[in-house]
Amino acid sequence: MPETTAPRDAVPSGTAPAPARATTTVQGAVPAIEFQGVVKRFGDNTVLDGLDFSVAKGDRVTLIGPSGSGKTTILRLLMTLEEADGGIILVDGDPYTHEIRGGKRVEVPEKRRRAVRRRVGMVFQQFNLFPNMSVLENIIEAPMHVLGLARAQATVRAEELLDQVGLADKRDARCTQLSGGQQQRVAIARALAMDPEILLLDEVTSALDPEIVADVLGVLREVAETTDITMLIVTHEMQFARDVSNRVLMFDHGRIVEEADPETMFTSPTHERTQEFLRAVLGD
Amino acid sequence: MNDVWSWQRAAEALPPILEGFRITLLATVVGTAIAAVLGLLVALVRRSRSRWVTAPVGLAVEFVRSTPLLVQLVFVYLMLPSVPALVVGCVVLGVHYATYMSEVYRAGIDAVPRGQWEAAKALDLPRTRVWRAVVLPQAIRKTLPGLGNYAISMFKETPYLFAISVVEMFTAAQQFGGRTFVYTEALTMVGLLFLLASYPTSLLVRRLENRLA
Amino acid sequence: MSDNLSTLRDALPRLGEGVVVTLQLTLGGAALALVLALLLGLGSRAGSLWVRGPSRFVVEFFRGTSLVVQLFWLFYVLPVFGFRMESLACGILALGLNYGAYGAEVVRGSINAVPQGQWEAATALDLGPVHRLRRVILPQAWALMIPMLTNLLIQLLKGSALATYILLHDVNYFIEQLRRSTQDTFFSYTVGLLVYFALAYVLTLGMNALEVRAKNRLGSGPSLREVLRVAPVPATTRGGAA
Repeated sequence: MPETTAPRDAVPSGTAPAPARATTTVQGAVPAIEFQGVVKRFGDNTVLDGLDFSVAKGDRVTLIGPSGSGKTTILRLLMTLEEADGGIILVDGDPYTHEIRGGKRVEVPEKRRRAVRRRVGMVFQQFNLFPNMSVLENIIEAPMHVLGLARAQATVRAEELLDQVGLADKRDARCTQLSGGQQQRVAIARALAMDPEILLLDEVTSALDPEIVADVLGVLREVAETTDITMLIVTHEMQFARDVSNRVLMFDHGRIVEEADPETMFTSPTHERTQEFLRAVLGD
Repeated sequence: MNDVWSWQRAAEALPPILEGFRITLLATVVGTAIAAVLGLLVALVRRSRSRWVTAPVGLAVEFVRSTPLLVQLVFVYLMLPSVPALVVGCVVLGVHYATYMSEVYRAGIDAVPRGQWEAAKALDLPRTRVWRAVVLPQAIRKTLPGLGNYAISMFKETPYLFAISVVEMFTAAQQFGGRTFVYTEALTMVGLLFLLASYPTSLLVRRLENRLA
Repeated sequence: MSDNLSTLRDALPRLGEGVVVTLQLTLGGAALALVLALLLGLGSRAGSLWVRGPSRFVVEFFRGTSLVVQLFWLFYVLPVFGFRMESLACGILALGLNYGAYGAEVVRGSINAVPQGQWEAATALDLGPVHRLRRVILPQAWALMIPMLTNLLIQLLKGSALATYILLHDVNYFIEQLRRSTQDTFFSYTVGLLVYFALAYVLTLGMNALEVRAKNRLGSGPSLREVLRVAPVPATTRGGAA
């Protein structure tokens, strides 16, 4: 097994073909997220075909594009809900599910994989609160059993978060008694309770009634303003993308076709596909 | 190993067991036929609007379903001494399983979309025609896998017929064991024969289920 | 008829003993079956073929070989291999193995029926596989499996009537004794079947209570106390609680 003598670091930054990657905006600092040649197939359908991109620490990046363009797949790969068929993903410079050792792509052991996953949190379209637990129990479950916090400690933090999302009075409620908007705010508190370095937001308002979307987005806006969590956002709420993110990536067929700050992207997109997409979404 | 298992004894036990297997199959087929017809009747009667009809039928179904088949077999056998044991066996198996199958039919009928009833009503079809041409064909399609599974269950419960001395496969093995004072080969073979027959059948039913789903 | 009733009255203590034996078989068998069902059901979903293969084999084997054959095999054949068991242990083992195999399918199906999002949320919170199953998935699958487990429990109760033939004095045995002393087949068997019916009814009630509790814990349906209250819960208070 000569591979074991190879350096532990998957791809030393010196040897990485960094200049070739158009989307890399950071120089010097280790990016929070880095995709290197990531391939993902579902059966015969190749969703991501050698995707390269990176996200700097503290960035708020919105992924836009037609459905099936691979946006959600990127989030799911970052949560290990899907496994890439090729390429590697680095979080904070650490290989996540796979690494290159001795020139070969090998799986990262479960223990290290979990250590990386612990830094990533996710909020889902369908909230996915645990119906067998109260609101508070939903929030303290992972901090207690994954981070090893004492119940009292976890509860104090959970109450702060509930206060922050405006649901302090629902502490002991059953999740099924809450409205969709309230459930989503609990889900945000639950993700934040793990103190993630990276937060993935997967169409968090798509399952909500229009009149309560603003509540949820307000909570997220506040999170964006008061923390330095790196955020990766898939959304159809263009105004929210504009308010919160500092970078927008336009995806089409698993490739980034355009990248810009939100102002530029939404007012003067250059790529034809972006123009078509925004016309369709913004509805005029 | 040779002390506990004798191939010679196994060979001697096999002919009566295979003879019994025919009775086992016969009881299963006749029992299933009775259960399938009676079950459908029960399901239809239980849809009656009158509680004077549904309540007693419901209670009877519940009673038959939650008391042991074994006890029912012996009961009927003792009450009707002039009726051949095999007939008693088939009928009791059939009635017992009719209570299960009626539930399968009921679910199948309930699964026929409301729109089908309404469409039939809009066409002003007569009641019997609605059932025969619209509802039952759709319902029965959906019930086939369920009925198949109960037929397999019944097959595996035919050994209860030993209690009323019908010489099906298991009783044949038991009698062989009683004669030779060694049950090992005969009982093992019967168990394996049940597995050999029921497992492929259940795979077939599962395929049917996937095809119809 | 009054003769029959007085014979029955005199035999009540023996009926009590029979009910105890039947309940020992039923509850003992059910406990064993539940443990096996969980192990085999989870094993059937395992990623490793070394776990999944044997689990599937055991499940199909005990589902396929008929309870009657299994019971008599354990009773007559197993001693030949040097394992001798008491009748009661033999009965509990046969019932537990057979219905454990059926239960494994129920467990497997119920776990599969828990929405995918629940697994994903647990992964996103980095809960480990065992923790995820114990705290998130099984409590939800449990509510789904109870109705099917109730059916199996009643079938297990019915199967326990075989115990008479391995020399146990259960309810079925009592029926035969009653018939001998009254010389009245119809009376004895009607009494006996009614006893089984009552046992099945009580077991079903107990399982329904478990189901109400499990559903209430998932936040759907009323609490057990609300269900057991004699007066119907006014619609307004129910709405207020939601």
